[in-house]
Amino acid sequence: MERDVIIEVKDLVKKFDHFVANDHLSFKVYGGEIFGFLGANGAGKTTAIRILCGLSKPTSGFIRVAGYDAYSQTEQIKKSIGYMSQKFSLYEDLTVYENIRFYGGIYGLRTEYIRSKSEELLHRLGMTEIRNKLIKDIPTGWRQKLAFSIAVFHNPRIVFLDEPTGGVDPVTRRQFWKLIYETAHSGITVFVTTHYMDEAEYCDKVCIMSEGKIVAMDSPDKLKEGFGVTNMDEVFFKVARNVTY
Amino acid sequence: MRTILFIIQKEFIQLRRNRVMIPILFFIPLVQLIILVNAATLEMKNINLVVMDLDNSEASRTLISKFSSSPFFRISGTCYTQEDANRILQTNEADLIVDIPQHFERDLVRQNKAGIQVLANAINGTVAAISNSFVNLIIAGYNKDVIVKWHPAEAIAAEGKALNIISSFWFNPELNYKIFMVPAILAILVTIIGMFLAGLNLVREKEIGTIEQINVTPVKKYQFIIGKLIPFWFVAMIELTFGLLLGRLLFNMPVVGSLWLIYGVTMMYLLLVLAFGLFMSTAAETQQQAMFITFFFMIVFVMLSGVFTPVESMPGWAQKLNIINPIAYLMKALRMIMLKGSVFADVSKEFFILLGYAVFAFGMAVWRYRKVS
Repeated sequence: MERDVIIEVKDLVKKFDHFVANDHLSFKVYGGEIFGFLGANGAGKTTAIRILCGLSKPTSGFIRVAGYDAYSQTEQIKKSIGYMSQKFSLYEDLTVYENIRFYGGIYGLRTEYIRSKSEELLHRLGMTEIRNKLIKDIPTGWRQKLAFSIAVFHNPRIVFLDEPTGGVDPVTRRQFWKLIYETAHSGITVFVTTHYMDEAEYCDKVCIMSEGKIVAMDSPDKLKEGFGVTNMDEVFFKVARNVTY
Repeated sequence: MRTILFIIQKEFIQLRRNRVMIPILFFIPLVQLIILVNAATLEMKNINLVVMDLDNSEASRTLISKFSSSPFFRISGTCYTQEDANRILQTNEADLIVDIPQHFERDLVRQNKAGIQVLANAINGTVAAISNSFVNLIIAGYNKDVIVKWHPAEAIAAEGKALNIISSFWFNPELNYKIFMVPAILAILVTIIGMFLAGLNLVREKEIGTIEQINVTPVKKYQFIIGKLIPFWFVAMIELTFGLLLGRLLFNMPVVGSLWLIYGVTMMYLLLVLAFGLFMSTAAETQQQAMFITFFFMIVFVMLSGVFTPVESMPGWAQKLNIINPIAYLMKALRMIMLKGSVFADVSKEFFILLGYAVFAFGMAVWRYRKVS
């Protein structure tokens, strides 16, 4: 696994008027990692992820994503990343295949490539039979899996997932994480936010946020060891009570 | 370029799947043309006239027969007192009252002059003004007859001296108000399609959240706006064609000028309206807001544009406001082409102003559409 730094953030600050959403965040993400961004609702996860994706301008700080500057090179960043938001991002009145074709097309993929790769994708997801069904007619879990697959369809270097498993049943969540693993194995860095602590166990490294600040960052094993607990849930409660190690 | 094609393809699929849209696209022009053109008529037919003939002489009866033989007037009754006349006007039973006083004929013969009074119900000022001028025409004609009859020598002497004014109405000789209205309704039609469909479509993507997914892709702003613009451009041109066909079938609407020119000017106008609609929607967060803003501009522009009354008869400041009113330009150009057969040189001013605004509105839409918040 390559160990080059793919996301580098130093002293990232984002203010909305007087409210500080991100307060001097600093972290590094290495290529091929699954990097988990944890925290309660309103901790500032989505704000940070939107800045990294070039959807929002940072107030101050040094931010490089895939080697590009988050102030001036947002368009280059966008070519190198995939993004799946907590809001539903597929067109409900298009079919499964039409969604794949549309997103593949606007990323500039060749028509032949789109055709062959979508066949392969539909087969892998077990969706070949429903390729011509409208998105609004398929279950939420399938939609989420499809949305994720479309986010990495153009082979980005990093994929950002903003609470991808919200409102999804446990079985589908497990299948979803299997997809994330496969993606990370293929060399795509995964940057994921969640508030499910069991999901944090799947990450190579986690970063816990609270009220706009990073309060803990390490691999799940080291965090558990450091706090002397057996699972990430307890780590989170200790962090939330301001216990340091 | 390929990117734009993918966006256009997606928009067309979505339009096709929209079950409400297609019927409405054909329903709107039908209703607007049939109802509005027929209802919003200012045609001077059947003006209800009540005669108050207190003279009851040969002269007064001749005058009355002049009115009754005109296609514009219908003698709906008679009355004999001023109170009756007032009541009739107040109850809207008549649009006009012609009051011929006692001794009308006697004065005419003895003094060579006599007065009559015309009372017009001016609740609808336009109708009152126009019917008044018709009355004047009829009385003038009567006057001439009187001179010929009683003072033939003077009439012959006056021949050649007096100015003889004969009005002829060009471009719409039958004063058919409907063919004046059809181009206006067509202009409103393409405006509705352009402003509402395109504008609401973009805001809808904002509401659903798909716009964020687009914003995180390398799609360029202008590509996205063009991709949104072209499908609705196409739809609006189909609307125009449908409207022109209906105009021909229902009202026998003449198209004196070139059809190509109609399409050319409308296409230019649509580019402007669509870009304007998209610009509005970049400013709005919800479909409700977009609807509200768009509606405001629609109403003001349509009312100012001269749908019902010619712009020339508006006060000066209102005419000045029309400098920034795109609908007014289109309406004028369409009427000129369809009724007068104007060629490109005649409508080039309208065309280039629309072009200028289109470029401006498109620039505003691209500028205002933010991929980064």
